[in-house]
Amino acid sequence: MISRRTMLKASAATAAALTARPWPAFADNATGVTDTEIKIGQTMPYSGPASAYGVIGRVDAAYFKMINDQGGINGRKINLISLDDGYSPPKAVEQIRKLVEQEQVAFIFNSLGTPSNSAIRDYLNENKVPQLFVATGASKFGDPEHYPWTMGWQPNYRTEAAIFAKHILANKPAAKIGILYQNDDFGKDYLNGLKETLGDKNAGMVVKEVSYEVSEPTVDSQVITLQGSGADTFVIAATPKFAAQAFRKAYDVGWKPVEYVTNVSLSVGAVLKPAGLEKCVGAMTGDYGKEATDPKWKDDPGMNTWRDFMAKYMPGADTTDANAVYAYGVSATLVQVLKQCGADLSRERIMKEAANLKDLELPTTLPGIKINTSPTNFYPIRSMQLARFDGTTWELFGDVLTG
Amino acid sequence: MLNFELASPVEQTGRAAVSAPRAALVVLALIVILGLPFALSGYQTFQFSRVIIFAIALLGLNLLTGFNGQISLGHGAFFAIGGYASAILTAKLGVSYWATLPIAGLICFGAGFLFGFPALRLGGLYLALATFALALAVPQLLKFKPFDPWTGGVQGINLAKPQPPLHLPLTRDQWLYFLCLVVAAFLFWVAINLVNSRIGRAMVAIRDHPIAAEAMGVDTAIIKTTIFGLSAAYTGVAGALSTIAIGFVSPDSFGLFVSLSFVLGIVVGGLASIWGVVIGALFIEFVPNYADQLSDVFGESAKALPWAIYGLMVMVIMYAAPSGAAGVAKSLARGVEGLRRRTANDGDRRPAKSG
Repeated sequence: MISRRTMLKASAATAAALTARPWPAFADNATGVTDTEIKIGQTMPYSGPASAYGVIGRVDAAYFKMINDQGGINGRKINLISLDDGYSPPKAVEQIRKLVEQEQVAFIFNSLGTPSNSAIRDYLNENKVPQLFVATGASKFGDPEHYPWTMGWQPNYRTEAAIFAKHILANKPAAKIGILYQNDDFGKDYLNGLKETLGDKNAGMVVKEVSYEVSEPTVDSQVITLQGSGADTFVIAATPKFAAQAFRKAYDVGWKPVEYVTNVSLSVGAVLKPAGLEKCVGAMTGDYGKEATDPKWKDDPGMNTWRDFMAKYMPGADTTDANAVYAYGVSATLVQVLKQCGADLSRERIMKEAANLKDLELPTTLPGIKINTSPTNFYPIRSMQLARFDGTTWELFGDVLTG
Repeated sequence: MLNFELASPVEQTGRAAVSAPRAALVVLALIVILGLPFALSGYQTFQFSRVIIFAIALLGLNLLTGFNGQISLGHGAFFAIGGYASAILTAKLGVSYWATLPIAGLICFGAGFLFGFPALRLGGLYLALATFALALAVPQLLKFKPFDPWTGGVQGINLAKPQPPLHLPLTRDQWLYFLCLVVAAFLFWVAINLVNSRIGRAMVAIRDHPIAAEAMGVDTAIIKTTIFGLSAAYTGVAGALSTIAIGFVSPDSFGLFVSLSFVLGIVVGGLASIWGVVIGALFIEFVPNYADQLSDVFGESAKALPWAIYGLMVMVIMYAAPSGAAGVAKSLARGVEGLRRRTANDGDRRPAKSG
């Protein structure tokens, strides 16, 4: 039996070992870069309420493994250090400081979560560490004037909401809009984007706004409330599980509004099928990427590249998960940035090249959607194309719109 | 269930004459504590600042649960209230960051005192549930729409990090560490004096024999509500310091796990132990990171393993040292004392049993 004395000795030794970490030695001039390696860091919610998004970190790592197997970038392998922050901002701050100060990473890539990214943004900008391609659509992360080291990637929620609002104004100016939104940064950004684009003149168009908490089991009562308000246009700013419930309930109670659903929840496999394909006919969304379960992309060469990658580097993973497609796209964008840097991998150069992407197309983005950045534009993807669900697939229509 | 065995405050900090080895230990401890920020990197100093902050929060909870017997699974709520009070005062009302500390403490004292009243009617499991509800409610309240102009809603509030005053030759991390240390020293001094006073004895009496205490003339109601308030004030000040350290607050910063970590911390440190909270704070700050490193051994796919390892370590500690670190220290002290006495009386006694 372990005596108490031994326990205490062991704990003391452990505590000492914890705080005495060897300092990594890097020979090159650029932080985090050696002749053979580029070290980058990120925080992901591998545990906690947002752990479903942890797959993004895993796919990022798998993508870089693929690149490394192909020889790396200019002879250097990418070493991604991904730490868990449990979707808690204080933990994110701690982990990021560890990555920057102890692990001496070159930059932070694709960290997830608006709260976490908000918490670390000041620190990273102060220390001039690039915070690239943050995994959140919050519009605040594309502000080069105040935060020159922070850049988003996906179309931000306001852009999406703005595109919807413009479409409503153009096609149904007398619409009565009811909006269901998640009570967090994502939902509220959406709501504000919609209202902003409608403007004060048309503020009366929004007849009802109803929120829900991520912890709620169902949004059925919210949908009924919206139906009762007399709305004839339904904007669903909800994550997959709740979007499916919203579609199903609206149909079941006999409410037939014009439906707009956020890009986050357009998955045929994860949202529309569980809701009931016939119940979602006519719904519209703003699309920028190819959706994994959409039959239209069954034989698409770009998506097949992705499928081959998933089969080889993420065996057993869920291939209906839109997050996996997303992660592939972001990682590919980073590889392009690093390639453009050539031999100079200093933080300044990395940031400069990140703000220098011209008409980049990815295998997983829709034809016509191009990634563009400039020193004054830190929103890499600003374009979307509207699509309407016809019962089987998302039919793209109209032009590629830019928000 | 909970082991209050070593609780008596009289045993805690005796006024006995300080022996030479004891004094040497204290001096050594002081050298380590004061020298830490100069020997470690900025990041590590930041981690130890967090340890001090947690120690203050745990001390607050320990006063309530360890010394006064009122269980609280909701101290994360007071941590949040203190944190937000500091953030709002600094960001919206332009108050200097150090001035927010006493104000946050007062606000939380009020909140804790008010919560203490209905808590008088509850005991044990029911109080645990009521405080649990508080822990769940506060993050939601922080997201409440009408409060948005003040709380920043789900986006939270960003704050500037404080600079060392008077152009002292300290880095920001070192200054923060010393700020936390000074506040902690003051609060610990108050706590030690409190538990050694008449009120301290009343607190313990209420915990151990509430009916007898009442019969002896102890005003149970006033003491219980006041201690609830004081406990909340301590945790609130810790929350305010945490806001200053991190520079950001949002409702997601104060989930349920914060409250549960606090309870874990005081049990690991030892209930009703003033100095045990330091061990508890070290535990909740470093062990999750340690578990993270341990799980890396199992490869990339074991990303969620750290919490399983964390849970396992807690279970091991509960089995091996149910009275927490304070209990271990007491046993050690007794063992050393026993050994000393045995070797001193070697001549005129039978050989002692092996221990």
